[in-house]
Amino acid sequence: MSRTSAIAALPGFRLTVGYTVLYLSLIVLLPLVALFLKAAGLGWNDFIAAAFNPRVMASYWLTFGTAFIAAVINAAFGLAVAWTLVRYRFPGRRLIDALVDLPFALPTAVSGIALTAVYSQNGWIGQWLEPLGIKVAFTSTGIVVALVFIGLPFVVRTLQPALEDLEREVEEAAASLGATPIQTFIRVTLPAILPALLTGFALAFARAIGEYGSVVFISGNMPMKTEVTSLLIVTKLEQYDAAGAAAIAVVMLAVSFTLLLGINLLQRLSGRRHLAGV
Amino acid sequence: MTRLAPYAALALLLAPIAGCGPSSQADASGRTPSGEPAKAGKVTLLNVSYDPTRELYQEYNKLFAKKWREEAGQEVTIEQSHGGAGKQARAVIDGLRADIVTLAIGYDIDEIAQQTQRLPINWQSRLPHRSSPYTSTIVFLVRKGNPKEIKDWDDLVKTGIEVITPNPKTSGGARYNYLAAWGYALRQNDKNEDKAKEFISALFKNVPVLDSGARGATTTFVQREIGDVLLTWENEALLALRELGEGEVEMVVPSVSVLAEPPVAVVDKNAEAHGALEAANAYLQGLYAPEGQKLAAKHFYRPQSTEHADKADLERFAEIELFSVDDEFGGWQEAQKKHFVDGGVFDAIYQP
Repeated sequence: MSRTSAIAALPGFRLTVGYTVLYLSLIVLLPLVALFLKAAGLGWNDFIAAAFNPRVMASYWLTFGTAFIAAVINAAFGLAVAWTLVRYRFPGRRLIDALVDLPFALPTAVSGIALTAVYSQNGWIGQWLEPLGIKVAFTSTGIVVALVFIGLPFVVRTLQPALEDLEREVEEAAASLGATPIQTFIRVTLPAILPALLTGFALAFARAIGEYGSVVFISGNMPMKTEVTSLLIVTKLEQYDAAGAAAIAVVMLAVSFTLLLGINLLQRLSGRRHLAGV
Repeated sequence: MTRLAPYAALALLLAPIAGCGPSSQADASGRTPSGEPAKAGKVTLLNVSYDPTRELYQEYNKLFAKKWREEAGQEVTIEQSHGGAGKQARAVIDGLRADIVTLAIGYDIDEIAQQTQRLPINWQSRLPHRSSPYTSTIVFLVRKGNPKEIKDWDDLVKTGIEVITPNPKTSGGARYNYLAAWGYALRQNDKNEDKAKEFISALFKNVPVLDSGARGATTTFVQREIGDVLLTWENEALLALRELGEGEVEMVVPSVSVLAEPPVAVVDKNAEAHGALEAANAYLQGLYAPEGQKLAAKHFYRPQSTEHADKADLERFAEIELFSVDDEFGGWQEAQKKHFVDGGVFDAIYQP
């Protein structure tokens, strides 16, 4: 049944699959292969030297650390935003809904410059935080702020459909059986949306790891302290060291891939447990 | 949901790439990818330059188009491409069909020559003054009234002074900043390199933010009001003074600084392929001619021959002892190898 309708909509399985494979090869696979080949040209010792010297290591910790923190923040607050948008009808809801997409559309450099202006020592928010001893711009805190900004829509947009699918009757049943709102949320709602939440988290995390445009403006780019890996890669390229840049990129890719694979497994487990529970 | 996730991720990754795929090459070079020679009587030049020359070349292009129409009877359209010098050189190496490159440091054009063989290695000897029709230097920009009393390089290493400079690894201008400070330290310490190293380390310990390019550093200093002193090109400093009406910042000229020589070159094979070699050569020679020199001075660059420039323009350039990168450091290749490569002197500053 579903197959016949698919044939009606698109010009046949072979053609679409062929197109998909070609498209992905040209745009994703080929550049990645080129990347690995470039890095392979270095030889083992040079590869280690380029990809694991102390400065690069410092940037890995910073990049993955800030990306993780930002994704956690996004998971929590993105859930709140998605919840509000799905569950309540209030004036301005459409506007807020549209605002969520803004980080998708904005060039990241623009958001970086805007965030730096707001959070630097003379900025609208920075001037109030600085006397309290909280420095945001040009510290790792600033990097987290930028990464939260660019990652938010990923969580909200993956959670919204899951929340909409959720049947309110289940929650009402829980409440009528004497569960508190918090108990209901933790034992009924959360398990149902956990796979979507993890997906949103993973997308926001992956996006943050590679972020360059907004971070270069707000981080201050100090070696060993606030220098993210993507900046180091660009620095290498500007010194005409394509192989060195590729070496760092390959390490980043490997780590991200492993992390995403882990999250994917987690997703499956949580999805299965939830289904078994029902 | 779980199964959709990877596709959603892919779609997000691909959307921006797919949007600008096939058309970008033609746009970037301004002509068809086949690189067909332009028709006789009409020619297009692409000048790939770095950021602060935008205004200078906008004006020079009009001048040259007029001159070329009169002298050679050929209509010439000049396209400009501006960006960070390193990025621009990178683009030419990767295939941007520049007929002319006008970049921040000779090293960038050396790389183009070596990696593409589209112009000879000895490109720098083809035009007078090592192919730099105009020069500049590195000066200080300080807050109005100079509250921290910054007068010379020594003042930059004092405790409590914040110095703003871009990263020498990503910015040609920042490399000049660094070499200027190094040259000063050598002069103060009887050419003792260890002392110079200490000096440069102390200076960069005072740097709170390393922007990736010169314009970014100017923004950090002027708009965000971070730092006590900005190290910058003289032409950028003069431009900033004009833009800000001398209300917020002041220029301070140190006792000695580096001679910045932004070079120009024709990318022979590219120009030949478009039948634009003659025009491209004339374009660069025109920079050395009286009108070109006058325009350079107007746009805050020091002209090589001063007799054609306006007196008022020349008066803005302070007397200052200048050393060249060739004399002091044995050229850009040497300077790059010692100071800015990975594991060089600059990296050592940030070793834990």
